[in-house]
Amino acid sequence: MPENLFKVNIEEYMLPGQRACQGCGLSLAYRYVLKALRENTIVTFPACCLTVLHGLYPTTSVTIPALNCTLASTAASASGLVAGLNAVNRTDITVVAIAGDGGTFDMGIQALSGAAERGTDFIYVCYDNEGYMNTGTQRSSATPMGALTSTTPVLTKQQPKKDMLRIMEAHDLPYLATTSPAYPIDLYDKFVKAKRIKGARYMQIAVPCPPGWGYAPKDTVRIGRLAVETGIVALFEIEDGKFRFTGRTKTLAEKGNKLPVINYVERQGRFRKMSIEQLRQLQRWVDTRWNEYLKRAEG
Amino acid sequence: MAEVQIMTGNQAAALGAKLSHVQVVAAYPITPQTSVTEMLSQLIEGGELKAEYIRVESEHSALAVCISASTVGARVFTSTSSQGLLYMHEQIHWAAGARLPIVMCCINRGVGAPWTIFNDQQDSIAQRDTGWIQIYCRDNQEIIDSIIQAYRIAESVYVPVMICYDGFVMSHTMMPVEIPDAAAVSDFIPPYKPHTILSPEAPMNINPVLFPWRRANTEGVLCDGYMEMRYKLQKALDESREVIASTSRQFAGAFGRDHGGMLWQYKTDDAEIILAGMGSVASEATMAADMLRSEGIKAGVVGIRVFRPFPKEDVRAAFRTAKAICVFEKGISYGYEGALCSEIKAALYGTDIRLPIHNYICGLGGRDVKARELAEAVRSSRDAIAAGDTEPVPKWLNCFTE
Ligand SMILES: Cc1ncc(C[n+]2csc(CCOP(=O)(O)OP(=O)(O)O)c2C)c(N)n1
Ligand code: SF4
Repeated sequence: MPENLFKVNIEEYMLPGQRACQGCGLSLAYRYVLKALRENTIVTFPACCLTVLHGLYPTTSVTIPALNCTLASTAASASGLVAGLNAVNRTDITVVAIAGDGGTFDMGIQALSGAAERGTDFIYVCYDNEGYMNTGTQRSSATPMGALTSTTPVLTKQQPKKDMLRIMEAHDLPYLATTSPAYPIDLYDKFVKAKRIKGARYMQIAVPCPPGWGYAPKDTVRIGRLAVETGIVALFEIEDGKFRFTGRTKTLAEKGNKLPVINYVERQGRFRKMSIEQLRQLQRWVDTRWNEYLKRAEG
Repeated sequence: MAEVQIMTGNQAAALGAKLSHVQVVAAYPITPQTSVTEMLSQLIEGGELKAEYIRVESEHSALAVCISASTVGARVFTSTSSQGLLYMHEQIHWAAGARLPIVMCCINRGVGAPWTIFNDQQDSIAQRDTGWIQIYCRDNQEIIDSIIQAYRIAESVYVPVMICYDGFVMSHTMMPVEIPDAAAVSDFIPPYKPHTILSPEAPMNINPVLFPWRRANTEGVLCDGYMEMRYKLQKALDESREVIASTSRQFAGAFGRDHGGMLWQYKTDDAEIILAGMGSVASEATMAADMLRSEGIKAGVVGIRVFRPFPKEDVRAAFRTAKAICVFEKGISYGYEGALCSEIKAALYGTDIRLPIHNYICGLGGRDVKARELAEAVRSSRDAIAAGDTEPVPKWLNCFTE
């Protein structure tokens, strides 16, 4: 799809020298997120891998204005930016809050729910690397069942992943979307669209993380694709309540050829202690959601 | 022209914010602060105050909103009490560290567990080391005037200011208040000029990660490390003493009321024994001093108005000729004594001012503190001192300790 590639904004907002790990799914995603959002954007983010990516004072490798905030306050910080910019008559700027799954599913959920319910005019981005990576791969409520983390080091995580999309959908948002850096054009298109829409928008990016998940940095795109091929991650958007599959997921749904989750699981060190029963449960969890999505996509 | 109205402390606070032309308000209700947030919503929804009102879901978020709005150049206001202030604690540090001129009212209330909705000052005393300026008011007039002063102070030294006043005793008590003339207030507080504005025109990364050492920028110039930034905050607080005092004097010049700058004194010229305190307990102490004087005891009062930065030199001057001090406090640093008492002792250290200092913990969780009880405490201190008891352990006033 060369014509697709040509439409991508050629401007780079992430300069060389960013501090994320080699093969980081977040840095790949962030590059396209910023290309889609363009100059008139302010981002705010809490403590997480993105803080590290942005660099150490007094240098930064990102050319978009950025405001650091505390871990629980990302969406409130965005509310303050929106209110402050309104107060000083700057209504031309897109305010973007961006946090990890820990800063979103766990600690930041209160502020996020508040800002979403108030209809704050901003884009909230959760990059989901399925754990507290900044502090060394601890469990979060986004960690999948069966994964080893540094706080589930022996028994693996016993509970399934929290369905944050359903929680956010319950806020009646004008736009929600799931994306993956393994499918950058799909990601880019969704952020271009999100920028045009008014109100609280929620975007979730499934970002593979080599050190946290236990695979080689060169395999980030492969792992990202397998997540989609197996239905662990489904690419879709919900616009004004209307659900629509997109990109590779749409093809998989049409052709009915999604892969078993084992193809995804077997390539990651974090699942090395997963039991057969957990694998079955993970497959059931994926299938149940997949079928729900299929129904919604038809309806 | 200035007009006098009878109003509560909370009304005075809301009017102070309005007169200061705040542009963003974010707050979460808590007794006894609630009516400040209600009145501000009324003013904003009624079109009397042009400002954004963000009805946040928590106090942590209230201050987060103020921090970010201030960063893009808006003048902001919030208020809270007790649990709300404690819940904000992380953001309270963040605001000072980011050097934002935020003004917040703390309507003082005790903290749990167990629950109390009534007044003491443990909530704001617990925020002593956050890098905020703290001003304690003694009446409703001082609340409205101090908020106006606070914006001028905060915006010249880039340090946030907490205006503290006692819950119920002031927040819900009607007193006559002269409303400063709106045009005169606008002249007194020039428009807010942020030290840096976050905008797409000048992209930067604000409040990022710092390492222990200074680091060079892309031009090779060494820039502050964490410790240099912290030193600058301390220096700003040190230098704010002069700004607070001059703002108070200039306010007196413009509006005819002088609340005393760093501290105020009542009949201290010839006083042998001085009662010291902050907020309403200090104004109650003025009545106690009068009672004592009617009995021939030369008593006076020092009201500490600014607790941070601590008015070390003013304290030394105020107590220079006294023979004894009784410090009355609605809070305690558990495991030691009242925080104000410790500060006064520390301020006198190294001078030739050597005198007995007695500490009374009083009014916790709203327990009554009456002037005659303060007077009685002073009498008992005098007797104890006469008997040679120069530094007793803190006494708990009106408290069954047996
Ligand atoms: C109040 C508070 N508690 C704990 C921390 C420590 N902390 C910093 S980053 C982080 C993990 C964040 O995880 P996530 O949001 O998933 O982002 P990631 O690190 O994976 O990018 C934690 C726990 C903190 N900064 N603030
Ligand atoms: S830990 Fe993972 S998410 Fe964080 S920077 Fe490294 S690769 Fe990226």
